[in-house]
Amino acid sequence: MTTIQKKAVLGQTSPIAHLTDADIEQIGIELDAIRQDVLDDRGASDAAYIRRVIDTQRKIELGSRAVLLFSAFPPAWILGTAGLSISKILDNMEIGHNILHGQWDWMRDPKIHSSTWEWDMASPAEQWKHSHNELHHTYTNVIGKDNDLGYGIMRVDEDQTWTPASLAQPLFCFINAVFFEYGIAAYDLELGSVIKKKQTKDPDFRRRAKQVLGKIRKQATKDYVVHPALSIPTGSFLPTLAANFTANVVRNLWSNSVILCGHFPEGVETFEKRSIEGETKGEWYVRQMLGSANISGSKFLHLMTGNLSHQIEHHLFPDLPSNRYAEIAPKVKALFDKYDLTYCARPMVPQVASAWHKVIRLSLPNGWLATTNTKNAPQQLAVLYKMATGDRRTRRLLGRKLESEARAAA
Amino acid sequence: MTTTLEPPTSGSARSRRLADQLVRVAEAATTPYLPSDFMDLFAPLRSGADLRGRIESVHPETADAATIVIRPGADWAGHVPGQYLRIGIDVDGVRQWRAYSLTHGPRRDGRISITVKAVPDGLVSNHLVHEARPGTLVHLEQAAGEFVLPPAGGKFLMVTAGSGITPVIGMLRNLFPSTDEGVLRPTRSADHDIVVVHVAPSHPHSIFIRDLEALDAAGVIRLVARYDDEHGVLDVDHLTDLVPDLAERQTLACGPAGLLDALAAHHDAAGLSLTTEQFRTARVEPGDGGTVTFSSGTTLDLDGATPILDAAEDAGMLMPSGCRMGICMGCVIPLREGSVRDLRNGAITTAVPGETGDIKVQTCINAAAGPCHIDH
Repeated sequence: MTTIQKKAVLGQTSPIAHLTDADIEQIGIELDAIRQDVLDDRGASDAAYIRRVIDTQRKIELGSRAVLLFSAFPPAWILGTAGLSISKILDNMEIGHNILHGQWDWMRDPKIHSSTWEWDMASPAEQWKHSHNELHHTYTNVIGKDNDLGYGIMRVDEDQTWTPASLAQPLFCFINAVFFEYGIAAYDLELGSVIKKKQTKDPDFRRRAKQVLGKIRKQATKDYVVHPALSIPTGSFLPTLAANFTANVVRNLWSNSVILCGHFPEGVETFEKRSIEGETKGEWYVRQMLGSANISGSKFLHLMTGNLSHQIEHHLFPDLPSNRYAEIAPKVKALFDKYDLTYCARPMVPQVASAWHKVIRLSLPNGWLATTNTKNAPQQLAVLYKMATGDRRTRRLLGRKLESEARAAA
Repeated sequence: MTTTLEPPTSGSARSRRLADQLVRVAEAATTPYLPSDFMDLFAPLRSGADLRGRIESVHPETADAATIVIRPGADWAGHVPGQYLRIGIDVDGVRQWRAYSLTHGPRRDGRISITVKAVPDGLVSNHLVHEARPGTLVHLEQAAGEFVLPPAGGKFLMVTAGSGITPVIGMLRNLFPSTDEGVLRPTRSADHDIVVVHVAPSHPHSIFIRDLEALDAAGVIRLVARYDDEHGVLDVDHLTDLVPDLAERQTLACGPAGLLDALAAHHDAAGLSLTTEQFRTARVEPGDGGTVTFSSGTTLDLDGATPILDAAEDAGMLMPSGCRMGICMGCVIPLREGSVRDLRNGAITTAVPGETGDIKVQTCINAAAGPCHIDH
């Protein structure tokens, strides 16, 4: 993808070129009104909803862990692992993510509050809130500001230079998905940039690193020591350990997929750093509208994604209770239609496929995938080999050629 | 030769250690949650849980008052008649705390009760009187309050107005139990000489008036009822006309601030002792801007348009902050008392000590709406 600002320069159609400043401010006013409608009747039934979800999640977790005490018995292993995976997903998404956003702070229940909640994840809530709520939600899809775009390890935009290392990106992306909770913890810790800047001795970093390690130790002790040990009487130590590992991986793969769907599918726009200087509330809203993508599907899917399937609504109103996103989605969609903007929504499978397609496309030089077909595959692979092994000049020349061929083909 | 005194290895010390170890294992098995978070799902009233209660029944007393009978959690420590308790209940999904007098002495069935009068615009009182349903879980604090009678007895005057009767009725019921055979006067109450001056708008609007009349008829108290519609508004300067031996009595009063203030002035001038109880603190109507006091000692005079965060930073304070647009909750700090206005939509948030508790507010989008105290 190319940032919205470059699109305008390159003569491609910018999706917001037709909007006047007055239009953008009007969009802001209309979105504020949608938000206010929900605030005005937020109440007892919403509170009952989140308590019901928490209650259900805890009962599923208790039930699953009890069943796993007998996990040497294969049906118990399957049932317990499935239950625990579901419980961990609920804890992570509909409960943890949304409580930590402050969506339920209005209830003034000290037990369900963004400032006191902790979740079943490697990353301590406090650190995640900073990198997610503050950085990602404020600077959504701004290249160089929003590290959620590729988590600082991926090539997420055509404008970023392709290097041979980019070829490994699908593999990294997959490994990151499997161990997502640790990836998030390292990312919240800004581990990459701290190492790069040689700031590992910084006392604040030390404090935060200690916090993360402490959390990881507790989490690992629970899943890989205490519960397996409790299963020893039935000879289920290893099966329970495997079940807990599986549940963590299932949760990791699932939440990674949902998050990839949020901002990475084809059709989601990115923005230049300069473009957000002096940004108005209306412009911020428009950036959220175009920088997010939804997943369409059933009520169960929405619940399991923590209503991040309503990513657009969530990014517009991160502090509204998640159970309300579904009801405001038609109003938000109508606003997109009214101002002729593209509401990016697809079912889960195509959306995940689209995100992965982009991961793979950007792991290859610009234009390579578009100019490759079954007939010319051998020659194209040879070009790729030359680019991967050649010096910078070779890469630049071959890259330019590919780009011009792709433009001609288009 | 020296001898070392070994502490006796008693069975109880060993079992305590074992219990501690079990608790540690349970905590390791449930982290990041606590074992109690899971136990609360099934036994919220158990011993060791946060103190809660379950509403068992709601009995209407008058058109706008009701007695709520609550089964308290196992750790309820009991109370002395006249004390109050703080109860936290969710109204429209929002936790609200209020204090109400306990209206029974300790009961044999272990239940406790409060009697609530729905006041105009009273969020919680209207909810308790009209909406509360048996089965609802409420949050409690242990009974508190110095508004109690000395057990030795003496001569007392109780001045009550409206729902101010509630702590007094608790004391009277305990002193003079009402049974099928009528009102009793046990020996422990033999030396309590009590006059009750009760003020209410009218006879039908008076909670517990039948109980008071029955106690009066049984001769265990002297009731002087004053109804605004019949007798006019009570003037405390005429109290001696109603209670000639006022000077010999110890006065306990419970009612609205106006009455208590007048009574305090009167008793002060006359050199008489007075014990008072008032639940609702005087409120300040939300305004536009105001003086913000921080716990750290800084005081700022703010207008109604500047976010508290910006103003505090301009004054050189180190404040938690984040997105500065109201989405990340990185700047929330507790509002102890006072009102703030959300600059996005004008919504007012008000913290009242003892009722709302501290409310965590976003300083980046809230401006002062009257004097506030912020804990930072």
